[in-house]
Amino acid sequence: MEKKEREDTISKWLKDLEELILENFQMEVDRLELILQPQVVKPLLERVAPAKPTELLREEFKPPIREYPGQVVEVVLGATRAEGGSRCRSITIGGEKTPAFYLFEGVQPHRPVIVGDVFDMEISLPKPVRESLGDVLSDPAEWARVYVEKYGVDMIDIELISTDPLLKDTPAREAAKTVEEVLQAVDVPLIVGGSGNPEKDGEVLMKAAEVAEGERVLLSSATLDLYEPIAEAAKKYGHVVLAWTSLDINQQKELDRRLFEYLPRERIVMDPTSAALGYGIEYAFTVMERMRLAALWGDEELQMPMAAATSNSWAAREAWKKAPELGPRRLRGPLWETIASLTFLLAGVDMFIMLHPAAMRTLRDVIDWLMAEGEAVKTAYEDWVSMEV
Amino acid sequence: MPKRVSPIDIFNLLPKTNCGECGEETCFAFATKLADRKVDLELCKPLFEEGFKENLEKLKALLRPAVLEIRIHSPSREVRIGGKVVMYRHELRYDNPTAIAIAVSDTMPEEEMLAKVKRAEEFKYSYIGMDLTLDMIAVRCVSGDPDRFGERVKKVAEATEMPLILCSYDPAVMESGLSALKDSRPLIYAANKGNWKEMADLALMYGCPLVVSAPGDLNLLRSLTKTLLEYGVEELVLDPGTYPDEGLKTTINNFTMLRRCACELEDELSGFPLLAAPIVAWKGEEDPTIKAWKESYLACMLILRFADIIILNSIETWSILPIVILRQNIYTDPVKPVSVEPGLRVIGNPDRNSPVLYTTNFALTYYTVMDDIRDLDCYLLVVDTEGISVESAVAGRKLTAEKVAEAIKETGIEKLVDHRKIISPGLAARISGETEELSGWEVLVGPRDSSGIKDFIKKRFYGEG
Repeated sequence: MEKKEREDTISKWLKDLEELILENFQMEVDRLELILQPQVVKPLLERVAPAKPTELLREEFKPPIREYPGQVVEVVLGATRAEGGSRCRSITIGGEKTPAFYLFEGVQPHRPVIVGDVFDMEISLPKPVRESLGDVLSDPAEWARVYVEKYGVDMIDIELISTDPLLKDTPAREAAKTVEEVLQAVDVPLIVGGSGNPEKDGEVLMKAAEVAEGERVLLSSATLDLYEPIAEAAKKYGHVVLAWTSLDINQQKELDRRLFEYLPRERIVMDPTSAALGYGIEYAFTVMERMRLAALWGDEELQMPMAAATSNSWAAREAWKKAPELGPRRLRGPLWETIASLTFLLAGVDMFIMLHPAAMRTLRDVIDWLMAEGEAVKTAYEDWVSMEV
Repeated sequence: MPKRVSPIDIFNLLPKTNCGECGEETCFAFATKLADRKVDLELCKPLFEEGFKENLEKLKALLRPAVLEIRIHSPSREVRIGGKVVMYRHELRYDNPTAIAIAVSDTMPEEEMLAKVKRAEEFKYSYIGMDLTLDMIAVRCVSGDPDRFGERVKKVAEATEMPLILCSYDPAVMESGLSALKDSRPLIYAANKGNWKEMADLALMYGCPLVVSAPGDLNLLRSLTKTLLEYGVEELVLDPGTYPDEGLKTTINNFTMLRRCACELEDELSGFPLLAAPIVAWKGEEDPTIKAWKESYLACMLILRFADIIILNSIETWSILPIVILRQNIYTDPVKPVSVEPGLRVIGNPDRNSPVLYTTNFALTYYTVMDDIRDLDCYLLVVDTEGISVESAVAGRKLTAEKVAEAIKETGIEKLVDHRKIISPGLAARISGETEELSGWEVLVGPRDSSGIKDFIKKRFYGEG
């Protein structure tokens, strides 16, 4: 056999093979020269491309379910007559065992609650808010009643800002009367807030806690600068404390640890600050999301429910500014607050302190839809591609 | 947490010639940047020459993010979607902001359609020194007529630089749309249970990425994805269906599950960008305002829940503005500092009679104020509030009269102006009296929002008008 011919023959043998096994093979030669040219090797190594599928290949999707070692504690707000207060009902928040609305992993144990934000003196509020509430802004009890009766809020936050020495410096005793009025005007659980002045808040909240004894109100708020009198007031009169920090998880943990010396975890709610959309909402979102994940992974200092004040949305100029080129203010503002509330909902917030009724309504609708019982609903999918708009 | 690819593993596959063509001095420096996902592989020119083919493939596989990055382009503009490495932004950051597409239909009167395209193209909102804009146009085939669709796609492409999404389930219509485009790589919407083979052929023939649509059925979505990959279509986008109202639960669940599978379980069949269609809010008989409202919040919820591309109908600024701002916010690098350096800033060319203002060193406050005073001549004192905004800083005692007085003293502003007047933020009105006592300066309480500063200075500082 000529050399060329031999090579060709060997190539031919190898051509259609993927593997060649030689058994009991012996070869007697003087010198063996085996040159495998690339074009010979190629068909050996390159797998034949699989035929394109002609039928659908069936695959199954398995929900990626996790288990978490930690859980958010449950906090009860408000007390009925039987429980030593005068509220129509008490409200439980928290208890989550999964990240916010990871409904494939488990149910959301309690509905996040909507709180109407009421101030004890007339403050400058944007026009869409004033218009939706009517002529009640100088009467906190009436304001609270409109929120409860007309807009169905779950709770009222009465903020005693007039006690600030730099505003009206209303005495603690007088401010406490406003709390009593609101307690009589509405029968939902309350948040009672101070002015944020550390010199005055201790006294104001202590007095308010006293007149609301047994009502299990949420005292707002304890900060790293001022937590002792507020924690004491909650302990003495049977209330719950809101622990407020400024977008800093370590500070939140620090404040929570200090409060643990006074109160059990079931009597604390956390507020890590809810910045407005366009004004740092991403910091708030991420701090909340991280806090909730940390809680689920077992960090006991962060296992309390969270609150967010979406009233802050109205600080964003896009929400209130007169700017026809941005569209009508009556839509822009409420939408701004709506989207902030939904952002925090998806981060794990349990309690929303809100101003605008339209934002409250959308948030309530979304919570209803997300928390609908049973299997996830599969509504008919609208073919948006060929839909006439 | 995401696995960080080792720069050494990357380096070993690079040409190691330190040629510098990529802009880095050494291949190792380039490898480090690749590991941090700060540069594109394409910058390494030698890698694309003969002989490195195998290494290139290995590098591509090594660097493939949990969610494949897909590029869509017109002749002049490119949009990238996907490329996500993490599920939560604090784990690293989110790359490639959710692309926003505005939909037009082929049955709209031509003028109206082109006007909408123009509005989308021109949408711009100036936000802390950036222009927020829209990204794409989705052309929907409502007519069912391939010729009409092709003609309209051509018109749209002539009217805009934005890349396109072509929307139809009919392969004949899709082919007509695809053949109407030149030098473009549109996104094909979509392959489904009935048409996947024809759509796959088109995607391969035109070299375009393909959306896989299986509304509300993740088993089908997965089956289609597997089938299309086997068929040879590598660049896929997943559409698990967008349902409003009662369907929100399904929608949020499906988006979340898919992204977790991709990022935390490294499941390849889930590792593709996700498409959301908040435009579904436009079905039914409701008032258009309510539909736009719904579409807007749905879009925001899905930006937060991992959508890489969203299709909208409304072009109204009030409904789009929160979406573009939320997207910008959420896609901000979370390690970017919250605060800026405190101290004195000189704005324009101030003289000894120019106004002096102060604000906090919270980055967002600072940039907002800077934006509002950029064409004035004045001095701005940036007070160290530990990166807290004015209102919170006053409440939390991070912005006090002592701090303002200290800033006045430390910056030496007293030597730069002859007057002794300082303009404070409106939200810091509470500390103005005390500030006057401590600093000896007169405090003019400015507007509650810095957009009113210019007017305030004109009237109250210079006493005009």
